[in-house]
Amino acid sequence: MSVDSPGIIVERAFPAAARDALRDSQLRRNIGKATNTIRAKRKAVVAEMPDWQDLRDAGYAIKRDTLRHLDRHLLALEASVTAAGGTVHWARDGEEANRMVGDILAGHQAKEVLKIKSLTTDEIGLNGALSARGIEPIETDLAEVIVQKGHDRSSHILVPAIHRNRAEIREIFKRELPDTEHLTDEPRDLADAARRYLRQKFLTVPYAISGANFAVAETGSVAIFESEGNGRMCLTLPRVLISIMGIEKVIPRWADMSAFLQLLPRSSTAERMNPYNSVWSGTRAGEGPEEFHLVLLDNGRSDVLADEPARDTLNCIRCSACLNICPVYERTGGRAYGSTYPGPIGAILTPQMNAPPSPADSLPFASSLCGACYEVCPVKIDIPRILVHLRGKVVAARGAKTALDGEALVMAAMARVFENPRLYALAHKAAAIGQVPFIRDGAIKSLPGPLAGWTAMRDLTPIAKQSFREWWKARDR
Amino acid sequence: MKVSLFISCFNDMLFPQTGRAVVSVLERLGHEVAFPLEQTCCGQMHNNSGYGPEATALMRRFADVFADAETIVCPSSSCVVTVRVAYPRLAAATGDQQLIARIADLGARTFEFAEFLVKKLGIEDVGAYYPHRVTYHSTCNSLRGLGLGDAATRLLSHVRGLDFVELPRADECCGFGGTFAIKNADTSIAMLTDKLAAIRGTQAEICTAVDNSCLMHIAGGLSRERSGRRTLHLAEILASVEGGVAA
Ligand code: SF4
Repeated sequence: MSVDSPGIIVERAFPAAARDALRDSQLRRNIGKATNTIRAKRKAVVAEMPDWQDLRDAGYAIKRDTLRHLDRHLLALEASVTAAGGTVHWARDGEEANRMVGDILAGHQAKEVLKIKSLTTDEIGLNGALSARGIEPIETDLAEVIVQKGHDRSSHILVPAIHRNRAEIREIFKRELPDTEHLTDEPRDLADAARRYLRQKFLTVPYAISGANFAVAETGSVAIFESEGNGRMCLTLPRVLISIMGIEKVIPRWADMSAFLQLLPRSSTAERMNPYNSVWSGTRAGEGPEEFHLVLLDNGRSDVLADEPARDTLNCIRCSACLNICPVYERTGGRAYGSTYPGPIGAILTPQMNAPPSPADSLPFASSLCGACYEVCPVKIDIPRILVHLRGKVVAARGAKTALDGEALVMAAMARVFENPRLYALAHKAAAIGQVPFIRDGAIKSLPGPLAGWTAMRDLTPIAKQSFREWWKARDR
Repeated sequence: MKVSLFISCFNDMLFPQTGRAVVSVLERLGHEVAFPLEQTCCGQMHNNSGYGPEATALMRRFADVFADAETIVCPSSSCVVTVRVAYPRLAAATGDQQLIARIADLGARTFEFAEFLVKKLGIEDVGAYYPHRVTYHSTCNSLRGLGLGDAATRLLSHVRGLDFVELPRADECCGFGGTFAIKNADTSIAMLTDKLAAIRGTQAEICTAVDNSCLMHIAGGLSRERSGRRTLHLAEILASVEGGVAA
């Protein structure tokens, strides 16, 4: 996928992309190390909270009720943002949102614009769209700087450069940033180099773009929680601030924030609290931005909302706990998922944002359904359940297109066998005989066709000569 | 107690010895075991692979076959999770109130074997003897789907002669996941490789679990390693007694 295209267009099916990632030993090491560290930390800070399960329930309840009346809450948000001196824009899709943001900036003759790390802008490919209009987006989150300067794509929703190690980052900075001849790969040195580059930008560029962690309908307040403080620089220094949020990010009341202020940091960075929590409401004379725009983005979210079994997908607060716990993500890394949203949340969100048939149809199958993601999710999204629901949609859509689908045929045949105990007993006999040519030393070591993947590294247990039911019948007599 | 055995199609064809072990333990404990011959498959694979209509048909079948069963016991946690967790959803999707009620009742009567012994009967010592070094892999379905807790390890702790070693990262998926192991074979194998390394580290001769599906996956890898280590369903360990296997 090209760096500038919208970040939800999946170009390769997961198994193929994963195969490449699995071969990259450096990537596997980097990601394995990082996820294992953050996993342990998250576990420890969550264990400190005796009411964690109650908090999860509260977070889930707020999200569920908000989504049920989403239209109402969004209209309330628009009213309060407008009353506070901001302007609200409604964008049906990414293209529309990109045009709106570009128009606002072009209206000010902007040549550069600061950016706070935002998945939503990545999802719609905002950076590419702005560059095409001659406006250069400047990422200000340290990891995003690494990704942007490395002409790379993010591989984690919270730690976009999780796939890079220090030595690789040093090389990128030396190539792309000024005054880096003597740069070492010490984290401090690397951070200093980025800081020098960013400081100059903060002080000279008067435009900024942010995403939003939450927006409060009642007050029109938008909130960003972050670790570095670079986001806060973008929120306070520039004259014009544009925030883009998916429509599901609204919460009804100010009081609802307290649950998420506890759930989010512990789940994501394993911190008790985010170091920087910024909340702003509209504009105010002599302080902060003079102009504030809020872009409300749909981009397929209404469709997710309408699909009841999948609706909880929109509960996601993008904490990334599910990525860090996922055994599949741990081995393949984020880019195998092919979109802005990797890991378990990506496996359910991305296919819902791509019209089938698409390589994204492979994502609901990129899971062993182990359930670890559901267990950690702070807003209780039953990801395995949604995966199965989406698998059903893929199978149904495919079934309608090609009657001669090998897998569908096998599944249908097996269902027929299982529905008839006589056929079932016959099938056992046939299989027990059919497998004979493949058995060596009591195990099946290689199989042809679609089952070859199994025997590439694993032996297969042969079908027993005497099934249990045959034994039972013989014993009964 | 009269116990109806659901053996699962997988065990029936590939691991009949597990079924024999379950019968042996239950009879040793004085229970009467029934095996409805009309049973086939719970529909787990169909459901998990996105073949909802086929799974629904198999669910109706299952409900008919076990309509009169007082207690259903199955030595496969993933099948029990299918009955207890997936069936109610499939039933709900049909909108058939009568079916929904029947399925809810079915789920309440269905138990995984170790769960049945420890949680339903309150038995931890089944009088087994198994003089080997054993480690335990808590399969995802038993751990998260069923909430089996430490039922299996408690049973193991009462097996005479058994030397138990804890498996590091036991709660991590082995990479099986049904059709996942075929559709995403490379990723599945990467997960398995780490599981095998953990098992090797324990120096155990046997890796046990309550799901033969995951064990078959692990065994497939162990057999390629030629390490002499192997897998065995928990029921088979519990069936072993001094002087040989009673199954
Ligand atoms: S799905 Fe849940 S765990 Fe995953 S990123 Fe979203 S909120 Fe976090």
